Amino acid sequence: MTRYLLRRLLQAVGVLWAAYTATFLILWALPGDPVRILAGSDATDLSDAQLDALRHELGLDRPLWLQYVDGIGQVLRGDLGRSIGSGRPVADLLAAALPSTLQITALGIVLAVLGGTGVAIAATLTRSRVLARVLLALPPVGVAVPGFWFGLLLIQWFSFQLRWLPALGDKTWTAAILPSIALALPSGAAIAQLLSKSLATTLREPYVDAVWAKGAGRFRVHFAHALRNAALPALTYTGVIVGGLLSGTVVTETVFSRSGIGRLTATAVTAQDIPIVQGVVLFAALVFVVVSLVVDLLYPLLDPRIRLAGQRSRDRARAAAGARGSASAPSSARAAHSHTELETTGVRP
Amino acid sequence: MSATTQQDLAGISTGSEASADVADTASAPLLEVDRLAVHYRGRDGGVIEAVREVSLSIAPGETLAVVGESGSGKSTTAQAIVQLLAPGARIAAGSLRFRGEDLATASRRRLRQLRGVGIGFVPQDPTVSLDPVKRIGAQVAETLLIHGLADRRSAPARAVESLGRAGLPDPELQATRYPHELSGGMRQRVLIAIAIAAEPPLIVADEPTSALDVTVQRQILDQLDRLRAAGTALLLITHDLGVAADRADRILVLSEGRVVEEGSPAQILGSPRHEYTRRLIAAAPSIAAQRGSGLERHRLPVATLAALTTGGVGDPFVERTGARASERPGEPRHEGAPGADAAAGFDEILRLEGVTKAFPLPRSLGGGEQLAVDDVTLAVPRAGTLAIVGESGSGKSTTARIALRLEPADAGRVLLDGVDVSAARGGELRRLRRRVQLVHQNPYAALNPRWSVETIVTDPLAAHGLGTRRQRRDRAAALLDAVALPSRALTRRAAELSGGQRQRVAIARALALGPELLVLDEPVSALDVSIQAQVLALLADLQAELGVSYLFISHDLAVVRQIADTVAVLQRGRLVEQGDVDTVFSSPVADYTRELLAAIPGTRFAGPADGSSRSGTGPSGTGPSGTSPSHATPPDAIPASDTPGASR
Repeated sequence: MTRYLLRRLLQAVGVLWAAYTATFLILWALPGDPVRILAGSDATDLSDAQLDALRHELGLDRPLWLQYVDGIGQVLRGDLGRSIGSGRPVADLLAAALPSTLQITALGIVLAVLGGTGVAIAATLTRSRVLARVLLALPPVGVAVPGFWFGLLLIQWFSFQLRWLPALGDKTWTAAILPSIALALPSGAAIAQLLSKSLATTLREPYVDAVWAKGAGRFRVHFAHALRNAALPALTYTGVIVGGLLSGTVVTETVFSRSGIGRLTATAVTAQDIPIVQGVVLFAALVFVVVSLVVDLLYPLLDPRIRLAGQRSRDRARAAAGARGSASAPSSARAAHSHTELETTGVRP
Repeated sequence: MSATTQQDLAGISTGSEASADVADTASAPLLEVDRLAVHYRGRDGGVIEAVREVSLSIAPGETLAVVGESGSGKSTTAQAIVQLLAPGARIAAGSLRFRGEDLATASRRRLRQLRGVGIGFVPQDPTVSLDPVKRIGAQVAETLLIHGLADRRSAPARAVESLGRAGLPDPELQATRYPHELSGGMRQRVLIAIAIAAEPPLIVADEPTSALDVTVQRQILDQLDRLRAAGTALLLITHDLGVAADRADRILVLSEGRVVEEGSPAQILGSPRHEYTRRLIAAAPSIAAQRGSGLERHRLPVATLAALTTGGVGDPFVERTGARASERPGEPRHEGAPGADAAAGFDEILRLEGVTKAFPLPRSLGGGEQLAVDDVTLAVPRAGTLAIVGESGSGKSTTARIALRLEPADAGRVLLDGVDVSAARGGELRRLRRRVQLVHQNPYAALNPRWSVETIVTDPLAAHGLGTRRQRRDRAAALLDAVALPSRALTRRAAELSGGQRQRVAIARALALGPELLVLDEPVSALDVSIQAQVLALLADLQAELGVSYLFISHDLAVVRQIADTVAVLQRGRLVEQGDVDTVFSSPVADYTRELLAAIPGTRFAGPADGSSRSGTGPSGTGPSGTSPSHATPPDAIPASDTPGASR
């Protein structure tokens, strides 16, 4: 376990370095001059000498490699640099923006997981075909609805017409509800799609038939057996969603005028405020690294066949191959068998 | 009805020792299926009649075997009895009476009460029939918990007890493990433990052993025999007439959804009345286990043979096919190629010398290494067949992969035609691939389902850049002809073909490059017996006509006896016996070989083909097999032969 964590930690450092380097190169290659943008409308009034002085002050006139090495050194010391625009430390800006994003992300994820799981389970659990079809038609709609439009609709209904909730801002807790719902809709819909598909596949597995044959009812079949087996893909995807939401939800934060990470990113990109953009990218990379580690640590709790603890990758491949080998001969024979049935009579195996 | 009186007798006789539950309803057959018909909705909206008219009846404590090939409706019948038909299937007619109660019209609630307690179900494939994320003990205890037969505190102990009764060694430990930590045979025992946990009077077992090795199969069937001795009735679904003959009181033969014949094992095997039964018996390798027996010989058309063996001037395929002659003058023969062991008294195409292969074990199992193949030396006779026999995990597939140079050996040499090819690389290895080809076990997975047969068969030719498009197409036609497929099959897609047809295509593909040696990895184990017999006959023909040599991997000794010249028996990576096939079968030297031979089902009526007697392992253990049909019948049950078709 410790070995595994150490290896993952090393990987995380690699990911962070790659993210920093890639952003650095991309920002450098982008057209546009941050100094001119910084000077804004005054830029035309400033002489080239003045612009050069500003460049020098910001360290932008140094050779590229030096800027890169310096930047890395700063990050290693925990210093993300200062915003070109405001001069405030990037770390402070991130810390200030984080709570607002955290609020709606946390609530949004909870709603998405509950809603998505609920719809998926209800759709496979119900005996009514009509209800199942209606429920299964919902997720694609949820995925397709544009976030900003749905956000505006929410504001229109709940703030302007019903006057239940505040429309904008992030001063109060209640202001987080509408943006959370806006975030939860596409995420929850995606979770519902994945989980219902995975549940349907799982429910066709022979071991589910074996559970029915014990005399189990549908609730036991679903909650004691199928759900846990079907949860892996949905868990993986939930991890991706959490990462995506935490590292900034530009559209939702803009629509609801919240000053979170997403807004910070949007502003920084427009202004070519390189230190901020780099800070945000590093933060996002960190979030993803942590989230995927958490998800990977959850896997073996859900499925005992997945093992982590400090295995050499070769071992793991071997074990996987072995597991496949031992399972594949009979199971492929089974596949072949049921197939033959299908061939000769067209019967569903 | 005469059947009723007989079931009366059976019921009374077993009732004395069985539970009061059984005695209550002993006046009727335990299960009576009357003119059952099950229909499926086809993909094109049509109706498929999987079961047309099946009637059967089981008395308490009786074992009834339902035999048939894929598509005969036997599994559908079993699913109908436990009311677990696939979606899209419905019972179109008939009734299924369990203790007089019709299951077809029973409510969901009532079915839930009956499943597990009234009817236990043992599913087909142990590797996919246990919930992978739950511990064994919990899965066995579940049946008891569902029906309120135990509470959370007493259930674990009862589960362990049930595992013990199912013959699982060390049940306390196994109960705490997960399914993937158990072997296939152990998992099948777990499934039996689940089925018997609530001690139901009837167990429906759907091909309970077809995914298992013969020796394990025997142990599982012995275990089921023991249950029967305790008064449990068993409906045994199987494709293996040998298994049915060994274990059942009565046999029901199903074909295309209808019962074609019913009777005692002695009647069915001794004097089959129906043509289909006769065909099934003729095709069953376990019963007709003689080399070449049951294999009808055909000669290839002269033109086909000519197209495959000799090439005209400019024939792009001629190099290899022309060079297949037994003498290869340009090639230096390797010193020491003729081995000293007994099996090397012939001209050999392939020789493995002291081949060893180890795989690292997972750290969680203590690390270290597992010897998959341990110092194996064997030889394939030219234009003959060497069969490697062994159970799963014996290293036979790894040996085949080493012979194919798909897997490097840790030690030892691979000699093809006397030349050491163990170190061949790059172009040399590619040339080697033309001489040694593989046919996989599973014809469903080995062919790209979206490719046309022509593309599949010509793929190796294209990969080696041989011939023009047109020449390749002509060769594909000749190859299809050789494997007895019509040339119009060239334009079909693999997905449209049946299993037997697919395996023919796979053989045609393997022959495309004119190889000297075919490695056949369980080539017929995924096929029905009658198809199996056809493919084996085809292989024998091709060998006779083309002179190609076979390295034939199989777990099925009966099949081996039909096809092989020499046989090598592997056990846990070690070669325990090697020799001429008739010698090995008639006078096996190694204990393990004897054990394997004794485990072949169907010896009860085929006579002692293996020359050894079956050693019983339990109260109902099968003694030396004569023709007595009641050797495994509980003494208090009526003789099986007295029970005619109850409801036909």
